[in-house]
Amino acid sequence: MDWQAIWLTLKLAATTTFVLLLIGTPLAWWLAHSRAWWKEIIGALVALPLVLPPTVLGFYLLLLLGPDGAVGSLMQRLGLDTLPFTFPGLVVGSVIYSLPFVVQPIRNAFVAIGERPLEVAATLRASPLDRFFGVALPLALPGFITGSVLGFAHTVGEFGVVLMIGGNIPGETKVLSVAIYDHVESLEWTQAHWLAGGMLVFSFVVVFSMYHLEKRLQRKGY
Amino acid sequence: MIALKKIWLSILLALIFTPYVAAEDVHIAVAANFTAAMKEISRVFERESGHKTRVSFGSTGKLYAQIVNNAPFELFLAAGQERPRLLYEQAVSEQKPITYAIGKLVLWSRDAQREVSLAALQAGDFKRLALGNPKTAPYGTAAAQVLKHLQLGQALRKKWVLGESIAQAYQFVATGNAELGFVALAQVSLNDSGARWLVPQSYYEPIRQNAILLKRGRNNPAASAFWSYLQSPAAQAIIQQFGYAIPQ
Repeated sequence: MDWQAIWLTLKLAATTTFVLLLIGTPLAWWLAHSRAWWKEIIGALVALPLVLPPTVLGFYLLLLLGPDGAVGSLMQRLGLDTLPFTFPGLVVGSVIYSLPFVVQPIRNAFVAIGERPLEVAATLRASPLDRFFGVALPLALPGFITGSVLGFAHTVGEFGVVLMIGGNIPGETKVLSVAIYDHVESLEWTQAHWLAGGMLVFSFVVVFSMYHLEKRLQRKGY
Repeated sequence: MIALKKIWLSILLALIFTPYVAAEDVHIAVAANFTAAMKEISRVFERESGHKTRVSFGSTGKLYAQIVNNAPFELFLAAGQERPRLLYEQAVSEQKPITYAIGKLVLWSRDAQREVSLAALQAGDFKRLALGNPKTAPYGTAAAQVLKHLQLGQALRKKWVLGESIAQAYQFVATGNAELGFVALAQVSLNDSGARWLVPQSYYEPIRQNAILLKRGRNNPAASAFWSYLQSPAAQAIIQQFGYAIPQ
């Protein structure tokens, strides 16, 4: 069995989800509350990975992160290694690839809360930070759960981007989907079946649990 | 509004029926490394025969899996010998495979200033070495044989980055993400960019690229026409021009 690939995939999905919650929360908050005219331009950029083929993303990442690209040349000038073919490189790719899956549900949750609870909290002299952590975050919990689950699961299923910038290095960039692809290509269809079937079951369990959890939270009045 | 609808309808109908108007189409699956040569060959073939070719490029392994699962290909130009042999044994074809080209391997850098040679490979003064996946891409298998022959397999293993096909290995080097890479001579034969070292043929087993005429194409005159054209001196001249050898 490809335990190394499985472990690497889980590590990548967990790291990506964590980074996405850090970046995605303020971004979703801003998208939910800003009145800037260019807000929807950012909104559209965030949603782009939904419609772009992963190979397009992967190809541009390969160029952008490579030695000729803006990011790659900057990193080289700082004396750092370029990102393609490394685990951090995959995290960068996955964060962009899964961004809408995390930001969208959290944004919707923030919008659903509306201004009212926050205004009430403000009249009770809650500081802005208090209002965010004490009121908005708990109320938006279902959005955070949906976002995390979708972000995690979507990263587990990532293929095109990893294929383009990964380089198939065992223990570093050879994730599950690439391992499955390798097995299929090498006519090792039994191993491919094990991994692919496992992934199918995993995905079903994840999505099913999410729906189940959402329903229970709804009953609790979220 | 109605006029507009009519226009849309006719465009739609035209799109649906156009592919079936040309009577003799031949649908060919071609390994990625042969892309450039194949384009030239089909151009000349179409001009001379009047038939039309529809070509799908991909990695040999993927195309094989598609053919086994009934993909509508009539000919298959693979990058190695194994898959055409398997197809023949599984009776997906009645004709024995032929060797249409023998691939050559080069070590290539896009940086013309870089020394690309056996010594440079042994010195190991580079961070990443791109090659096709030795498990799936015949040029990758050959590259792994070269490294083993030079007893560099272990030393350089950590620097390997694998492309799913030789096209991707080329891409890694062409974008500068890998300083050096083993690619097909055919990929760099048409321009002088970068620096290269033609790996001696004795370092690896010949990359015999085999083609097979599939059962599906048996009653299609365009398929048999292409099959014989592929073995004609005219086609062989093009194949050689793109950096392949021709079987004797």
